[in-house]
Amino acid sequence: MASRASPAPRYRLAVASRVLAAIPLNYALTSIVTALLARHLPLSRAEASVAATLTSFLIFALIAMAIFHARSTAKVWVWMIGSTALLGTLLALSLQLGGRA
Amino acid sequence: MKDGFRQSMAWLHTWTGLLLGWLLFAMFVTGTAAYFQEEISRWMKPEVTAAPDREAATQAAITYLHRTQPDAESWFISPPSARSPTVSTFWQPRKVEGEEPRKRRGRRGDTSATLDGQGQPVTARETQGGFFLYRFHFDLHYMPVYWARYLVGVAAMFMLIAIFSGIVTHKKIFADFFMLRFGKGQRSWLDAHNVTAVFALPFYLMITYTGLVTLATMYMPWGIAANYSKPDAFFEEVFPGRKEMERSDIGAPLVPVRPLMEVARQRWNGAEIGSVRIALPGDQNSTITLTRASSGAIGSRGESMVFSGTTGDLLEESPTQGGAMATQSVMIGLHAGRFAGWGLRWLYFLSGVGGTIMVGSGLVLWTVKRRAKLPDPARPHFGFRLVSRMNIAAIAGLPAGIATYFLANRLLPLGMAERADWEIHSLFIAWGATLIWAIARPEKRAWVESLTLAAGLFGAVPVVNALTVPRNSINGLRSGDWLFVAFDIAMLMLAVGFGYAAHKAARATTAKPRRARAIKEELATA
Repeated sequence: MASRASPAPRYRLAVASRVLAAIPLNYALTSIVTALLARHLPLSRAEASVAATLTSFLIFALIAMAIFHARSTAKVWVWMIGSTALLGTLLALSLQLGGRA
Repeated sequence: MKDGFRQSMAWLHTWTGLLLGWLLFAMFVTGTAAYFQEEISRWMKPEVTAAPDREAATQAAITYLHRTQPDAESWFISPPSARSPTVSTFWQPRKVEGEEPRKRRGRRGDTSATLDGQGQPVTARETQGGFFLYRFHFDLHYMPVYWARYLVGVAAMFMLIAIFSGIVTHKKIFADFFMLRFGKGQRSWLDAHNVTAVFALPFYLMITYTGLVTLATMYMPWGIAANYSKPDAFFEEVFPGRKEMERSDIGAPLVPVRPLMEVARQRWNGAEIGSVRIALPGDQNSTITLTRASSGAIGSRGESMVFSGTTGDLLEESPTQGGAMATQSVMIGLHAGRFAGWGLRWLYFLSGVGGTIMVGSGLVLWTVKRRAKLPDPARPHFGFRLVSRMNIAAIAGLPAGIATYFLANRLLPLGMAERADWEIHSLFIAWGATLIWAIARPEKRAWVESLTLAAGLFGAVPVVNALTVPRNSINGLRSGDWLFVAFDIAMLMLAVGFGYAAHKAARATTAKPRRARAIKEELATA
């Protein structure tokens, strides 16, 4: 377990970095995925919004678990920033083209 | 953070479980109690006994509001139900041009009233009753509701991750279910944690996820924001009667509400009316919105019907719910359990108790596992001391506080100023005192003493009740006042439970190193 009397500073840094990825960055990514689902699920506008919202907590939990399971902290950041940037761009495009009620 | 899926998930389980574990414990305790919030409220207002007729009581409440609040923007009435004999009403004062709309802040008494079947304010002791325990479950206390709900949401998300990672961690969790080994120190704590976890695992998953869903649009507003420029646009599309009507400034009397309630009840196959909202009362454009009681079906989002307040014509009805909306409604309904009859309600309560023990034993397990490995057990490091003392304050202190809350209800003078507030303060005073005690005393003594205190306080509740009010379990057995019988039994069972825990804590010895080594392998991944 991680309860050694004083973990190495490198270990602590890795934990802190993954906490950052798993909470704030994960929230941003999950929000983007939720918004994309809300816009593009083949349901009525209101239904899609609700379906996406209901799913968001599962998405957040799974991403957080994946982040803490991953071998390499660097890879975690590459994946998180990459997917946030890509999906964020798609969402911006979707909002630009489709508009909102 | 560790190699191997189970190892990394064990790490995640440990830390997501610990960090907000005390808050989760408090949420489990008060949430479990809240399944009986109406009954607790009735116990805390022993003066109220009437069980009036719904329609007549609603009409009487309208008469009362008409007399006292004729200019209000809207009235909201909850008719009495099988579980609650009184009528709750609240109202929104009229908006004044150029003034900020009044937030529903300040003292509740300013904009709400509890009425009896004849539309008279109930003359009972001032108390928040079970409602306080229900609100504490997600609003906490002494802090802005907004922040409290975010904090509670973070805790619930940690809980969800702790459950997922916990299932992965305990590979043999179902086999271990049949292995509750008593008197084996650390192994017993792990067994207790596993048994309570498996006992109602689907319940914990359900209750955690649906708990997040109850405040989903606050935690994750982006699903709605993606499709609507204003959240109100979404709510107006989905819920009838949300659109604000314009005041005509032409006076017109309200139609009687009873025929409308009968129309709605027929429309909903005999389900009761859960709430009545009257917008712009006394104006020609007034509307009466009736909503189905949540006791009638699992779905919490009761259907609504909107009638004109002056003609009684049906104006609007809930649209048929689609799959997602119905799912959300059922999820919230499952969480709140308002649909549950007595059998299911007790099952909810017992599952909640199981969850409370699961969280509590998990918190204790954290210290038990680390105690054997402390470099100097006589002087543990700060983190260990913090966790072990917080555990005492949470596990023994909060229940002691709730028992104090019940005692304060019977003992504080009836005419006391801000009496309801002082009942609540007394809960936190007792809770805080336990924390100070836990810090001041040696750890083991602190456990024994605070568990004994909790047992004594719960044991005192039936006695103090019998000495202060005429309703008690002995009279109750004769007259069929089962609420008071059940309440006394519940208090005595809690007293016995905490007494037993105190007894075990007094006899507990720290696991010997030899035994610790023997079971080390078993625990390596737990």
